[in-house]
Amino acid sequence: MLDTRDPAANDRRIEALLLHREIEDFNTAYAAALDEQRLDDWAEMFTDDAFYVVISRENADRGMPVGLIYCENKGMIQDRAFALKNTEMFAPRYLRHIVGNLQVLGEEPSGEIRARANYVVVQVLFDRPDAKLHQVGVYHDKFRRLGDRLKLAERRCVYDNLLVDNALCLPV
Amino acid sequence: MANPALAQRYVWPGDDLTVIPDWVYTDETIYAREVERIFHGATWNYVALEAEIAKPGDYIRSHVGPTPVVVARAEDGSITVVENRCMHRAAEFCRELGGTTKEFICPYHQWTYDLKGNLIGVPFRRGVAGKGGMPADFKPTEHGLRRLNVTTHRGVVFASYSEDVEPFEDYLGPEVLREFEATFDGRKLTVLGHYRHSLPGNWKLYHENLKDPYHATLLHTFLVTFGLLVAGNRSLMLTDRSGRHGVMASAKSDAKALAGDAKKEMRSFKEGMKLRETRFMDFIEEFDSPWSVTMATIWPNLIVQREMNTLGIRQIVPTGPHEFIMKWTMFGFEGDDEAMTRHRLRQGNLMGPAGFLGLEDNEAIKFVQDGMRRVPDGQHLVKLDPRTPAGTSDTLISEAAIRAMYRHWRDAMEL
Repeated sequence: MLDTRDPAANDRRIEALLLHREIEDFNTAYAAALDEQRLDDWAEMFTDDAFYVVISRENADRGMPVGLIYCENKGMIQDRAFALKNTEMFAPRYLRHIVGNLQVLGEEPSGEIRARANYVVVQVLFDRPDAKLHQVGVYHDKFRRLGDRLKLAERRCVYDNLLVDNALCLPV
Repeated sequence: MANPALAQRYVWPGDDLTVIPDWVYTDETIYAREVERIFHGATWNYVALEAEIAKPGDYIRSHVGPTPVVVARAEDGSITVVENRCMHRAAEFCRELGGTTKEFICPYHQWTYDLKGNLIGVPFRRGVAGKGGMPADFKPTEHGLRRLNVTTHRGVVFASYSEDVEPFEDYLGPEVLREFEATFDGRKLTVLGHYRHSLPGNWKLYHENLKDPYHATLLHTFLVTFGLLVAGNRSLMLTDRSGRHGVMASAKSDAKALAGDAKKEMRSFKEGMKLRETRFMDFIEEFDSPWSVTMATIWPNLIVQREMNTLGIRQIVPTGPHEFIMKWTMFGFEGDDEAMTRHRLRQGNLMGPAGFLGLEDNEAIKFVQDGMRRVPDGQHLVKLDPRTPAGTSDTLISEAAIRAMYRHWRDAMEL
């Protein structure tokens, strides 16, 4: 596996693998926070200036900015988390977020790491026995390293399904 | 013509409209009659914004009731609305959501129509080597796409199956027209994007939700928690003379002025609760109107949302008695700077399928349909505000606009 004649190249490969694994772990923790509806923990995974949007592929492909959820900073993400926990009326439900096909796309001059991953959200309402595919899409991400942790400086969730099934009550 | 068999089967309980029977929302026969009498009747149905088909050749897919149509702008600038159904074998020929084209070609046998729906090409019309082909007397001029009556007002495009429907201004009536024109104030629109979702409820429940100001302070605790909407706000629930259209209007006011007894009724009011992003609820004055929020329900398929500075069209596409699709078109105006567009987008978090208010309305509509389907053959109450039997009311604690809508509905349905 490793090339003994070029230790620098080996280091780069190992670093790339570690980074890939670190982002995978991040996405797994992100999904777990949403699945368990720990929305305060979810909000803490963003930088203070983070941009978070859930946008249809229809809009994204046409360069139109409207998102189902549109947050320009962590304050808005925290407002969303607070509102969903304390003020919003919606039927109880289980959600399962599955994240896969991670690609680490590269590093910006600023040190931000660009990545993308596919996601699927499955929803179970308590009035029906079946789990329904609620959303399928792609995360377009920018990660930033703060201390020893990665945070999301940007997550654009672009979903393929043209129709949202009634309402998107919890984030993706 | 009134239908005696239907009249016998569908009996309205009482004669004062304060009780609505479930069959209004759950019955297939009633739904089919609504499509025929209302969506395909003498009504103006929203189909597009002119901004979506700005240039000749631009088109989008849309609906009139459940019926798929194509809205296109021809070379001469005129707008045509045609059924999305080939005159040959009925194929729904237009498959893209929208685009730009010179002509419409049905992919099945390449019958070709121009932007006004005229049939301009039939492959092998004369057959091959003297054999086959269409009959000699086939006239393409008689086989154009089915065209609907079209009107536009302030950049909004409407279609009708009726040639006798009244002019749009008369259709809205002066009071509702004034509110329509307060939002569409002459500035050119810019489309910011769409939401599309399916709602598991009868399409009329969406009208009723926006003719029901009673729910706003009770269901939408987000607004109440942050003192943004309270039962004491200056407000109006307006209807036109016919009762089919409505405008729910309110003016932003200060929660500090709220009386103690009103606070007690609204269990979710929390003193001193603040948003982290306070710009979210700013209202930047831009309209010639005393209202900061208006929700206009334009019969039968249009909602015009002016929620402070987040603006949108909602188009109802019924798919049966138990479900409809809602297509939202969010917009701003030419001349909006970057900051204003961002403000509209931020405030957009209130509405849509994930909006702080929007998602709750969707859930409530589902709950109502669930209740009617699972405990069937019932009826429900719209008795609030008996001093206003049906029509415009200046109190939020009223269902008079819902009663007015059903007065019109029963008339249109002859039931």
